[in-house]
Amino acid sequence: MARFLPGDSVTVRWAFPPGHIRTPYYIRGKSGEITRVLDSFANPEELAFGRDGLPAQPLYRVRFAQNRVWPDYSGMVGDTIDVELYEHWLEPEEA
Amino acid sequence: MTDTGRMHHDMGGREAGPVVRTPHSHPDWEKRVDALMMLLSNNERRLIKVDELRRGIEELGAENYSKMTYYERWTASITHNLLEKGIITSDELGRKMAEIEQVARDERGDG
Repeated sequence: MARFLPGDSVTVRWAFPPGHIRTPYYIRGKSGEITRVLDSFANPEELAFGRDGLPAQPLYRVRFAQNRVWPDYSGMVGDTIDVELYEHWLEPEEA
Repeated sequence: MTDTGRMHHDMGGREAGPVVRTPHSHPDWEKRVDALMMLLSNNERRLIKVDELRRGIEELGAENYSKMTYYERWTASITHNLLEKGIITSDELGRKMAEIEQVARDERGDG
């Protein structure tokens, strides 16, 4: 079952494991809000090494404020970016 | 922000200059590499997953990654994955490559 629900505030883990990682560098350590639980999929970090990637991992669409992602962001204040992230990369955002 | 732990291919947000928006064509060999990957990964075969292709590309190292073209990276990764899985052997591949080079030399008349 999915650990997070739409509306939950989450922080992406500030982590740098070796291997095939789908979590972009620029979003690590940033906080955003779950907008959708997409489904569960085989873990690409495991598939990349020829394994089955099971159990499937929930994948979420997470929305981030651009000015929280880029310190020098010069676009519109309300701009957002959506990134699809696997559950094991997310933690509840500390209040 | 430091780039601690950042892998070379993970470029999002780095300075990259303007995007070239003009359409460009692909030489035939690039189309063949694309088709080869589609055939190797389709549901009938499932010999290479896209994640394995990506992993092989990411393991090329920063220098090779930068100097190779997009489909050269694919070719290197597909080759490595097929060797790793034992679907082809180095000996088979080496002999076939030598054969094709010889055909090309013969066609040019300098063999």
